[in-house]
Amino acid sequence: MNRLAFDRVACARRGQLLFETLSFALGPGDAALVTGPNGAGKSSLVRIAAGLLAPASGAVIRDGGLALLAEATALDHDRTLADALRFWATLDGAAREAVPAALAALDLTPLAAAPVRILSTGQRRRAAMARVVASGSPIWLLDEPANGLDQPAVDRLAALIAEHRTRGGIALVATHLPIALPDAIEVRL
Amino acid sequence: MIAALVWREARRGYAGGGATLVIAFFLLVALLFPFAIGPEATLLARVGGGVIWAAALLAALMPVERLVGPDLESGVLDQLAIRGTPMAVVAAAKALGHWLAFAPPLMLAAVIAAGLLDLSAATLWRVELGLALGTPGLAALAIATGALVAGLRGAGAVAGLVMLPLAVPLLIFGAGAIDGGSGALKLLAAVSLLLTAGAPFVAAAAMRAGMD
Repeated sequence: MNRLAFDRVACARRGQLLFETLSFALGPGDAALVTGPNGAGKSSLVRIAAGLLAPASGAVIRDGGLALLAEATALDHDRTLADALRFWATLDGAAREAVPAALAALDLTPLAAAPVRILSTGQRRRAAMARVVASGSPIWLLDEPANGLDQPAVDRLAALIAEHRTRGGIALVATHLPIALPDAIEVRL
Repeated sequence: MIAALVWREARRGYAGGGATLVIAFFLLVALLFPFAIGPEATLLARVGGGVIWAAALLAALMPVERLVGPDLESGVLDQLAIRGTPMAVVAAAKALGHWLAFAPPLMLAAVIAAGLLDLSAATLWRVELGLALGTPGLAALAIATGALVAGLRGAGAVAGLVMLPLAVPLLIFGAGAIDGGSGALKLLAAVSLLLTAGAPFVAAAAMRAGMD
């Protein structure tokens, strides 16, 4: 069964304690909404959840594949959007239709043949989100997914997360912008 | 999955004229020597093999900055890490991909350089054999250096200081193999093997440190 749990996790960056004794557990269909002021450690929390950063103390339990949306999009600038996404879909072992379906879900289909470098901030954000959708991974870790998005795109994002949860997926969302996440566990840093 | 990583790296090597720049630089360095020591054919033919090796070493430095740094910055390494890909595998795939984009054009350009330096066919053959054995080590060393200097300011200059001393054994045995016989070729192969096998682990440690 898919699971993401923090057990008394503490995070220190450059000798400064950002948070400690943070515990929560997410099972299938659950979501956590991480909020807090700038510099409170939202991104660090996401990186700890992803296993990219070691917690200063405590433990993180992950059962299931991860998909990460971070500040950096990790899409090759010189390739077309569809090709850049297909590279990651190949690594994720996703089905061939996963990329077109994810592009459609984020309203990016008209941009499939455009090189990544010409995309705007909001379009890149959605492109990175398309990778998360296409991966088919059960655990979504989203760091500021609403940054640079217009209101319709934020609503579409909320709908995608809701759909992911109804399929038994888990979502951890760190944001300073309001995103509708019904029944989400609130983690305030 | 490894094939996808290797292919991406090789593609990036050729895309945007990257390989062309490296080759142009290689030929330019090889051309500087006749200007510096004069056009005397016998002298050029004697030092020519060594000149090609020195030029190859300097040309290998050119792409170092774009091998790992951009991937660290754009989050590609993070994305690979969360998929559970060992960083040593990433580094080995990068080394192979880089070698595919670096060695074949270089070995072709060495033929042109040999013509410019008036090398005999036998010498050229030994240079090409040496390059075939030495370039895998050079490519792996370039990945490790790229990983070590990723994110530094003035990465290119630091890369030279890190990489060239470590590449000296390749230069010694590579140039030595031109008239030194098979003993030097075996030592060249040994050094290249050592670098190819060891560099991915150095690169992996550096990439993990860079991601923290």
